[in-house]
Formats: sequence, C-alpha cells, structure tokens
Amino acid sequence: MTFALESAPPKPRAAKKPWLLALVSLLVFAFLYLPIVVVILLSFNASSVLSLPIQGFTFAWYSQVFQDDGLKTGLWNSLRVATVATLLASSFAVLAAFAIHRYRFFGRSSFRVAVNLPLLLPGVVTGVAMLAAFTQAGVEISLLTVILGHAIFGIPVAMGAVLTRLSRMPANLEEAGYDLGARPPQVFARVVWPYVRSSVISGALLAFTLSFDEVVVTIFLTGRDNTLPMEIWSRLRTQITPEIAAAATLVLVLSSVLVLLNGRLSRE
Amino acid sequence: MTRAIPLVPSPSPRKSGRRGVGFSLTLGPPLLWVTVLYLVPLALLLIYAFWRYDPVQGETVRTLSLSNFQEILTSSAYLKTIGRTVLVAAGVTLIDAIISLPLAFFIARHGGKYRALLTVLVILPLWSSYLVRAFAWKVILGTNGVLNGFLMAVGLLDKPSPLFLYSNFSTVLTFVHVWLPFMILPLITAFERLPQSLLEAGTDLGARPATVFWRVTLPMVFPGLLAGGLSVFSLTMGDFITPSLVGGTSSNQVGNLVATQFGVSDNWPLGAAFSLVVILIVVGVMALVQRRAEAL
Repeated sequence: MTFALESAPPKPRAAKKPWLLALVSLLVFAFLYLPIVVVILLSFNASSVLSLPIQGFTFAWYSQVFQDDGLKTGLWNSLRVATVATLLASSFAVLAAFAIHRYRFFGRSSFRVAVNLPLLLPGVVTGVAMLAAFTQAGVEISLLTVILGHAIFGIPVAMGAVLTRLSRMPANLEEAGYDLGARPPQVFARVVWPYVRSSVISGALLAFTLSFDEVVVTIFLTGRDNTLPMEIWSRLRTQITPEIAAAATLVLVLSSVLVLLNGRLSRE
Repeated sequence: MTRAIPLVPSPSPRKSGRRGVGFSLTLGPPLLWVTVLYLVPLALLLIYAFWRYDPVQGETVRTLSLSNFQEILTSSAYLKTIGRTVLVAAGVTLIDAIISLPLAFFIARHGGKYRALLTVLVILPLWSSYLVRAFAWKVILGTNGVLNGFLMAVGLLDKPSPLFLYSNFSTVLTFVHVWLPFMILPLITAFERLPQSLLEAGTDLGARPATVFWRVTLPMVFPGLLAGGLSVFSLTMGDFITPSLVGGTSSNQVGNLVATQFGVSDNWPLGAAFSLVVILIVVGVMALVQRRAEAL
C-alpha cells in the first residue's frame, strides 16, 4: 500500500453501475404490469373468449362499452359518488388537520387514531359496521350510504397529505402576516391557504381515485344503484366478454390522466 | 420562493385555555362525523358479535352470549380458514417486502431524474380496476392461459396444468401483485431519506455490501417496511374479492366468511364475531410490531 502525501485528497471510488439491481427492478416492474398488458390485449381481441393469443384486432368492444347503458350508468354513479364523497372527506380532513396541528388537547393522539382507523382496519369491517348501523337506524342503503362510507375512509387519506404539509410550514410566515397588520381571516386566506392548497388538492385526488375503484366497502352499502366497480363485479360473475377488458382499459386511461394531473400540481 | 426565509418549526400548539372558537370549529365537525358514522357503527358491530341469530325465528336474539365464539372455536373448518388467512396474509406481506426492497432501493438511489416518473409508474396500476386486474390473473393462470402456454412453449410442460388457478397459489400470487404498490411506495420514501454518508461509513469501516445492507440499511428503512407491511397485512386479512375470483373451494378466507354471514346466511351476529376476530388479529399484530419497533 502506498502512503499518500499530505496534500492529495483521496479519490472517490467510482460508483459501480448496478446492473443486477436494475435487472431485478425491471423484472418486478414487468410483474407489476403483466396483468395490465393482458387486459389491454384482451380489449382488442376479436375473439369473444377471454384468452390469449389474440385472434384479431378490433375496436368493437370499445364501441360496445360506449353503448352499454349499465356500464354508463355505473360510471356516472361512480363519478357522482366519488365527487361528493371527496368533497365531504376533504372538508372534514382539512378541519381535522388544523385541529391536530394547532391545538394541544386531551385525546389528541386518540382523535388522530380514530380518524385513521378506517385505513388501519380492513375495509370489510368498515362495510359491515356501517351496514349494521344504517339498518339499525332505519336508513335505506343506497348511493347515499355508499357516499358516506367512501367519505369515512377518504378523510384519513386526505388528512395525511394536509398534515404533512402543515407540519412543514414555517412559523414566521403567519407571524409576518400579523406583523403587517392583517386580521386572522386575512392571514388564513392570503398566507396559510395558498401554502396548503396543493396538499389539499392532492389529498382530494387520492381520496377520489380510491373512491372511484372501491369494491369492498361498497358491496355492503350498495342498494339498487350500482357504481362502476359494482357493475363490473356483477358482470364478472355472470356473462364475461372482452367488453369488460375494454371498460377497464378506459378506466385506466382516465385514471392515468388524473395521476399525471396530480403530479403536475404537486410539483408547485 | 425567491427570498430565503429561515425555516423555523411551527409555533408550539396552543394549550387549552386560549383556544376559543377556532378550536371548536376545527375539532367539532370531524369529531362528530367520525363518531357518528364510524365509531358508533364499530361499537354496534362489536355488540352484534355477542348476540345470537335464531334460525327458527329468522331474527337476531339480542341477549348477550358467547355462542358465536363457541361456534367458531369448536369448528375445525372455521379455525382452518382463520389460520389459512393469517398464513396467507403473512406470506403475502413477506413476499411483497422481499420483492419491493430492490425496486424501491433502485428507484430511490439510482433513479436520478427519472425518480418521479418511476414512482408514478408504480402508482399507476393502482388506478386500473382492482377487479379486472385480479380477473386478469384468471386469464394468465388458467389451463388455456398465458402461463401454461409459456411453459409448454418452453418445453417445461407437456400439457396444461390445472394447478395454477383456483388454488392457494393463485390466491397468494394475485394478492402479492395487487398490493405491491402499497409496499413499494413507503419503501421509496424510506430509502430516499437514508443518508448516503451512513452507508459510506459502513463501507469505509471495511464491511462488505451485504453486511452494510443487513446492519445499516435494513434497520433504517424499517419504518417504511412497517408501514407497507401493516397495510398489506391488513388488506389481505379482510379481503374476499380475490379468493372469490381466483381461489378454489379450499382457499376461503375470513373475509369470505364475514361476507357470507352478512349476505345469504343473514347471520349477522356470527359475521360480526368473525369481524371481531379479524380486528383482534390485525390490532394484535400492529401492537406486537410497534413494540419490536420501539425496542430497536
């Protein structure tokens, strides 16, 4: 071993290219996307039997989706449910986040656990518990009960994003506002809200997409009107054609747009 | 922000006494909402577990009794299902953890400018219908499916095997797939927070990469593993969709038992008792793991 002279700094070791790691990662990605690729392929398959290899290329299943009243109603219901549930969830989530962030009170951590409970416990528990309660109270199960169920697990989802953002807010931002003579409502509207707005939106988008694809809680709280997953679920058990694959691909494309939107927004 | 504002942690929360209207307005509504719509229903469910269903009269007898738990504990079929569910949940969690670690490490530390894009690519499958993704495994694993076709083409199989579908294998495999993003995402965050200097210190002290991974990296990303692992465990414990779609007659899980009791069997007390079992298992595991995590 040669002794380095005082003035020479040690050369940093050149990082080895992680080929093995990259290969393993690629394999995991392939595993992750395999069923999705299968679904997309099936949606264009000319054969009505749900298997590969592809017999022929067609858009027929997609046009069938656009004419399918059951699916279209399901989609419309899902959009309505997700929108209302997300609005409810986000409103309560923002309030809860501010309560937890700003005030120290007896039962603060219990409150936080209680709000997060619908995420910690399996969805089937949420579903049957709410079903039992609604039945006991004489409330008929319908899209309304579905909305309430989605709002319950939407709150912790939305709250998480807002709380994280709030905890990073510099204290002197608000103080600066007060120092400049603003009243509390003004400080909120012109200082605090612009700061947390993006986290509220990304929390809401997350809650929306979870509601849109929700199955387990929804099954127990659905009445006569089906959401899109409920519609798909009933189809999967009876008549199965590649039309379902086309519907799922469309849902994937729509959701991808939402995710990319969220990515753009949270980069502010 | 163009001006550099020194980052100071938020002011300490106001203690009671100086709270006033703001406090009641922010805490009140969510507290009321969550209590009425979740905590009370949960309590009702727990009470239901101690009621009985009278099949002769077709209604619930609202006197407290342990008959549901007696029924569960004396039925080998029910016990087997519960045991199988726990094993499947544990197995799926373990497999997901092992598969996710390399990918999360790669994205966090070697992703570079593609890190955000790769993270989005991990989230994207979550936004395709869970039902259809699970159903796709039916297509892949069936006797006319992709896997059999591939194995025959490669020469490993003479004729299609019926073993891949409607078995514990298909259930575990489908679970491993659908929950994978929930394990990868917290791990990516955990790896991103890992200080590079700590890893370098390990190597500088002469440790081999495997040792550095085992003694330095893994303990530091443990919170991420915990978050992802608890999610996957809880999700699998309660799920009944995947076993319905790709599981066989002997792949039933506790979630299926709950669903059946609340569905065709109309025996809500028994269904509630099964739900209580699930809750106890999930909460028990969480408590156990929290204690181990604090001991680290």
